[in-house]
Amino acid sequence: MDTNCNRIGLGKADYSGKPSTLCKGCGHDSITACIIEAYYQMGVPPYEVMKFSGIGCSSKTPTYFVDRGHGFNTVHGRMPAVASGANIANKKNTVIGISGDGDSMSIGMGQFCHAVRRNIDMVYIIENNGTYGLTKGQFSATADKGSKAKKGWSNPYPTIDPCAVAIELGATFVARSFSGDRKQVISLIKAAYAHKGIAVLDIVSPCVTFNNHEGSTKSYTFVKEHDMPLHELGFVPSFDEITTEIADGETKTIELHDGSKLNIKKLAKDYDPTDKMSAMKMIHDTRATGELATGLLYVVTDHPDHNTLLNLCETPLCKLTEADLDPGPDIIAKLNKAMK
Amino acid sequence: MSATRIVNDFSIRVATANGTGSQSSNSLLFKSLFRMGIGVCAKNMFPSNIQGLPTWFQIRVSTKGYQDLRENDDIAVLINPETAKEDIASMRPGTTIFYNSSVIKVEDSQKKPGQVYYPIPVEELAKKLTDAKLRHLLKNLFYVGVLSNLYGIEEDVMKSVIKDTFRDKQSAIDANVGALQIGIDYAKANLKKEDNYAFERSNVNDGKIIMEGNAAAGLGAVYAGCTVLAWYPITPSSSLAESAEAYMKKYRVDKDGKNKYAVVQCEDELASIGMVLGAGWAGARAMTSTAGPGISLMSEFIGLSYYAEVPAVIANVQRVGPSTGLPTRTQQCDVQMCAIASHGDTKHIMLFPSTPKECFEQIQTSFDLADRFQTTVFFMIDLDLGMNSWVTDELIYTKPKYDRGKVLNAEQLNEMKDWGRYLDIDGDGIPYRTLPGTNHMKGAFFTRGSGHDEYARYTEKPDAYIRNMDRLLKKWETAKTVVPKPVITGDKAAKTGIIAYGTTDHAVRECLDRMPKAPIKYLRLTAYPFTPEVEDFIKSCDTVYVIEQNRDAQMKQLIDADLPGYQNKLKSIRYYGGYPISADLVERELSQKMGR
Repeated sequence: MDTNCNRIGLGKADYSGKPSTLCKGCGHDSITACIIEAYYQMGVPPYEVMKFSGIGCSSKTPTYFVDRGHGFNTVHGRMPAVASGANIANKKNTVIGISGDGDSMSIGMGQFCHAVRRNIDMVYIIENNGTYGLTKGQFSATADKGSKAKKGWSNPYPTIDPCAVAIELGATFVARSFSGDRKQVISLIKAAYAHKGIAVLDIVSPCVTFNNHEGSTKSYTFVKEHDMPLHELGFVPSFDEITTEIADGETKTIELHDGSKLNIKKLAKDYDPTDKMSAMKMIHDTRATGELATGLLYVVTDHPDHNTLLNLCETPLCKLTEADLDPGPDIIAKLNKAMK
Repeated sequence: MSATRIVNDFSIRVATANGTGSQSSNSLLFKSLFRMGIGVCAKNMFPSNIQGLPTWFQIRVSTKGYQDLRENDDIAVLINPETAKEDIASMRPGTTIFYNSSVIKVEDSQKKPGQVYYPIPVEELAKKLTDAKLRHLLKNLFYVGVLSNLYGIEEDVMKSVIKDTFRDKQSAIDANVGALQIGIDYAKANLKKEDNYAFERSNVNDGKIIMEGNAAAGLGAVYAGCTVLAWYPITPSSSLAESAEAYMKKYRVDKDGKNKYAVVQCEDELASIGMVLGAGWAGARAMTSTAGPGISLMSEFIGLSYYAEVPAVIANVQRVGPSTGLPTRTQQCDVQMCAIASHGDTKHIMLFPSTPKECFEQIQTSFDLADRFQTTVFFMIDLDLGMNSWVTDELIYTKPKYDRGKVLNAEQLNEMKDWGRYLDIDGDGIPYRTLPGTNHMKGAFFTRGSGHDEYARYTEKPDAYIRNMDRLLKKWETAKTVVPKPVITGDKAAKTGIIAYGTTDHAVRECLDRMPKAPIKYLRLTAYPFTPEVEDFIKSCDTVYVIEQNRDAQMKQLIDADLPGYQNKLKSIRYYGGYPISADLVERELSQKMGR
């Protein structure tokens, strides 16, 4: 087999998309590159990928990766419902949703919450830049209090933290990362793909045009200086027989639904991502100190996803035919008799 | 008391407070009359409330089994003291009034000539009920017992209805039969019949059933192969989704106990329609049910469905608007909104069933049309049809053959010389689609609500935009040849025409029976867009009355807009008070307008 091919014989080009039309240097393009790399490494059949997005700069990106999968650019803030419906209709396909901070934390806050609550089996990436780029630089709900806009004024409102919200609502996989940390982002996307249930990835992704100035807490420089990785992540896919990263005493291993493993080697702070309360404490503590704690914040692997809760049959609903679905004439005869 | 008996042709109004169990008493009356073969109709006029507000129930018997409301009642049963004064004032001379004499006092000054008053001391009689806990519910059966005794409802029939209602719960059966007997015994001992009304066994209900439109639509969705139902509770559509789910739970579980369906109660209507579009896009048959306020919220997604061409079925059980309006009252007031729901230029297919049987059939047609035209199809009913119990024709099973429309699999893609998601290959405006999961190098495409060309590529070019919008118009023209045709009856040579749709049909047909000599023909619309038959019909008339239940003559305006040039011929007759339209009103308005 060609060494440049993955386990299903595809090259990285098979996971590419259309050229990006975002600004040069946009953090979103780095994330797109990470998605392509992660899906290539995981050997995801590209035609089984269903890509979803809402509206905004981030929501343009599904055209930039996995061209061989169907994509759906929906309406502003409503990506979660559309992705949920498609996931119910065809549980054999895999779902990735790309959203932004405006799309998920303002107009689509309700849908985000309910997708989390239902534990939709999907990778949910929030490309978080704290600003409305397409409409030229208004604050979003994830802008930090006191952060400065390009036009000079500062944000008077408290920030909404997507990770804290997700954990509170029962998300089963919650991670934060920085678009500049390619290695961490790729590991997290691979683990998110392997996770059964909703995997929320809040990836801070600086807007080079409207939110990259002095005084902004989402600028490239600010985030790079304040990024505080909680651990080093080593993802070992289920199909990989050679374990490249061996666990030692300092490493915690989390086994994901499909048999793959996530080795978590702790860095400066002792942090347990399976403990909900420490996750919340970490988010609150680091917000107070101005640091950005990145890595896997919280994971729980034994919660049923939405399709399991719905007790769906083995065949995807969209593949059922008349033979599967028709209750037949006897039922009608019986009901006619009963309604006299 | 005159000698002429009035048999099986009068109406009874029962006035109670809601949440007191009167619904089951009224249902017992209705079903018993049905089982006696008498033409009977039931209309529930209830408040948007759980308990304690006034509610009225009309039970109407007619030799022909008319299913429209009667404007004036012949008999009133007044249990609720709150509305007694008003109810008595509304009764005409010569009518009969039963009243709960424990709490309602009738003064001589309230009485009109020829009226008969029968007291029922409900509270005193209630003391005979041994079960104190159920007393407040069971006492509503007294008036049923009284009516049955005075007018002749067969006791065995009533007992059979009670038995079927409570199935094997013998204690409930005994309690209900006991309470009914108290009413019967009271009437026997205390009331002397002084009016002329009577029920007599008949046979007009052969081949008929009792069903609500919402339940029929819910069952129809199951037979249509609907696998995804996403909805948000709203009166008067909730029982549609709940019926569908109940039927799916019974008839759609595989041998391993797994569901061949998904029902999701969503966080709001936006999520409901969003899930429907996601599921429809992925290839499942998906629907939502809602009412006017829900459509308002869904409008952005409805535009996406139209423009990105994603199938969806929306059942709209219309209620009185605007805004919250009268949530428990009926109208046909969302016709214009649904025809063009969303910003931008859009047009949507609508179907208008008139009976529960048609609900069962047309919801199935809705799914076929949604798949065929890859767009939203509105299944338009109203509170009257959805929530009232109707006497309707038995449901007919037809072996399903779903029309899944133009969907290409990998093999078919190989045979296609040139495929673009929005390319009009067949010249009918309907493009071919593929479903996610199609394993083919050219199988995928990107769906978007922004500008796109024939190959689903993003574009803002004016030419490409216009080509696409014009193709959608061509698709609309194709729809005119496929949607159900109208039903035309009456004298072909007549120069006066009537156009009506949905529940208005019942009032119109009764009215036409009352005017047998008037040269009138009648076109019942069953779908939008208008098929060529509609224009032909209007052309052949000098005057056409469009009869509907909304203030602004919405269907007439749609006809004016879509079939220009006939404005001078089209006249409007409307009722929009929130109760179902009656033949009485139609007859009055029509006679006046026709100068008769």
